[in-house]
Amino acid sequence: MLAFILRRLMQSVLVLVVVVLLAFTMFRFVGDPVNQIVSLDTPAEQVAEVRKSLGLDDPVPVQIMRYLYHVVQFDFGISYQFRQPVVDLLAERAPATLELALMSSLISLLVGIPMGVYTALRRDGFFARLFQSISLIGVSLPTFLIGILLIYLFAVTLGWLPSFGRGQVVTVYGRWTTGFLTVSGLKALILPSITLGLYQMTLIMRLVRSEMLEVLRADHIKFARARGLTTHSIHFRHALKSTLVPVITIAGLQLGSIIAFAVITETVFQWPGMGALFLKAVQNVDIPIMAAYLMIISALFVSINMIVDLLYAFVDPRLRTTIKN
Amino acid sequence: MSVPVLEIRNLHVDFKTRHGVLHALNGISFSIARGEVLGVVGESGAGKSLTGSAIIGLLEPPGHIAGGEIYLNGARIDGLDFESMRHIRGKKIGTIFQDPLTSLDPLFRVGEQLIETIRTHLPLDEKQARARAISLLADVGIPAPEKRIDAYPHEFSGGMRQRVVIALALAAEPDLVIADEPTTALDVSVQAQIIEVLKKLCRERGTAVMLITHDMGVIAETADRVAVMYAGRVAEIGPVRSVVQHPQHPYAQGLMGSIPPLDQHPSQLQQIEGSMPRLSAIPKGCAFHPRCPLVIDACHQTQPELRASGESFAACIRAGEAA
Ligand SMILES: Nc1ncnc2c1ncn2[C@@H]1O[C@H](COP(=O)(O)OP(=O)(O)O)[C@@H](O)[C@H]1O
Ligand SMILES: [Mg+2]
Repeated sequence: MLAFILRRLMQSVLVLVVVVLLAFTMFRFVGDPVNQIVSLDTPAEQVAEVRKSLGLDDPVPVQIMRYLYHVVQFDFGISYQFRQPVVDLLAERAPATLELALMSSLISLLVGIPMGVYTALRRDGFFARLFQSISLIGVSLPTFLIGILLIYLFAVTLGWLPSFGRGQVVTVYGRWTTGFLTVSGLKALILPSITLGLYQMTLIMRLVRSEMLEVLRADHIKFARARGLTTHSIHFRHALKSTLVPVITIAGLQLGSIIAFAVITETVFQWPGMGALFLKAVQNVDIPIMAAYLMIISALFVSINMIVDLLYAFVDPRLRTTIKN
Repeated sequence: MSVPVLEIRNLHVDFKTRHGVLHALNGISFSIARGEVLGVVGESGAGKSLTGSAIIGLLEPPGHIAGGEIYLNGARIDGLDFESMRHIRGKKIGTIFQDPLTSLDPLFRVGEQLIETIRTHLPLDEKQARARAISLLADVGIPAPEKRIDAYPHEFSGGMRQRVVIALALAAEPDLVIADEPTTALDVSVQAQIIEVLKKLCRERGTAVMLITHDMGVIAETADRVAVMYAGRVAEIGPVRSVVQHPQHPYAQGLMGSIPPLDQHPSQLQQIEGSMPRLSAIPKGCAFHPRCPLVIDACHQTQPELRASGESFAACIRAGEAA
């Protein structure tokens, strides 16, 4: 088991190193960072000096090592736009994105799984068909459109929920700003997290449904029926467990994409998160922020992947044995 | 004579498809006495498994019982509601399927599966059920059962898994076990052991067995009586000795053509020229007539009923005539 974890850890580190190299390449070759600092009429010697002070005259491998050295200390450089350390900018906005992503994932799992199970068990029922049709809309409508529709309905027309921002936030543990502790914060979370989670929710629902239908046809379920087990046990003990094993993987990866796709939702709802920051960075060619964002998202994906693998081994005894040997 | 454990009268099973209704079982009748082993043989597609599923009320839609009656210990069980039928499955009728590798739930320990089955049908607490599970595992010949009870199915070999399946089928002391090709998926070297375990346990408990198999050797050694099925009908049924040695129906005669001597390993059924008709193209009259060496004009017209011939019953108007 330990060897397995170590091996997965090694792989993860390798992936992250490649990502850092990519980020470095962005810095080095997408535009000249010096031009971001000096102005058009800066004397040539001064430009050269800036270049030297930034270490851009050193050989590329030295620059890479230096970059890596900074990155592992969470030093992502100074934002060109804000003239502030990138890490501070991101840290300030991370809670908004992470709380939004958490809420969206919860919605997508807590609604998606039961709906998937329901539509599988009541395959030909009216509501099962209805959910199934609605889910098609969820999969095919673009996120921004869903967001705008929700805003139109619940914020503009009905006036129940705010259309932008995080509401009132409270600072806990020193720096973390949370919207979970105030009514306005919670209200502000509703529309964006539905918008962000809807796609994943329908995906999970459809996945659970098809997986469950397949499991219900499996031999071990047939045998469970032949043993006279109760329908409840067959559906919710045996079939559901088999269904959820593959769903874990997908759901884990979904969580990663929820964070990555938050960009669009954050823009629509003017949500002060990392995604909105990233978008602004793209508009202004703020490479340090873009690079840091890239690395953070990759690190998230890689860690989620690892956790999913471990979870998988935890749930599926067959895999556990394979790993042990 | 006492009431048979199982009695089937004129059972019909249909499948409604887009191209019309397919008659998969066409008037099956047979009975199994208390403690008796009935072998069921016939080519693949003859309707053997379907008969088993119909008995335990687990036909998969669109398959359904379209006629006939099924009696368990004299009480009619076809058409019972799901919950009543559930109390019969596992409790009165145990089932063993072909593939032990996929019959067990891979995510639960074999003990959990045994205990759940036991407690579903018997009023035992967790501890008693566990003790019973261990003794069942010991009965089916699993070494160190008090340890193995906590293993997962994948930690057992195919043969051992089928022993666990047998333990599950016998968990609540059923009156009847339906074993649908219980050894077909297994390694040849363990097939005989599995049949031996099944035979021994059922004999000890007085459990009747409906043993579906392709293996004529197994039938000859295990069964008391044998039913030969063809195209959704019983072609011949009778005491194993007479059906094997003096088959009356031309199809049975073809099947028994090459029973291997006992000292050799039993082989599969001998092939008869041609193949069984598809459900959508079952010929009029006797379903076997296109392949029958004894066919006469009358065979094209009427479907023969089972009638006494020799020591058994055969559905053939020329039953008993040598091929
Ligand atoms: N779901 C189904 N739809 C249509 N025909 C079926 C279905 N299931 C089984 N059959 C048909 O019923 C017949 C009997 O099948 P089965 O009982 O499995 O045969 P076997 O004797 O090999 O066990 C076969 O011809 C098979 O094609
Ligand atoms: Mg079969």
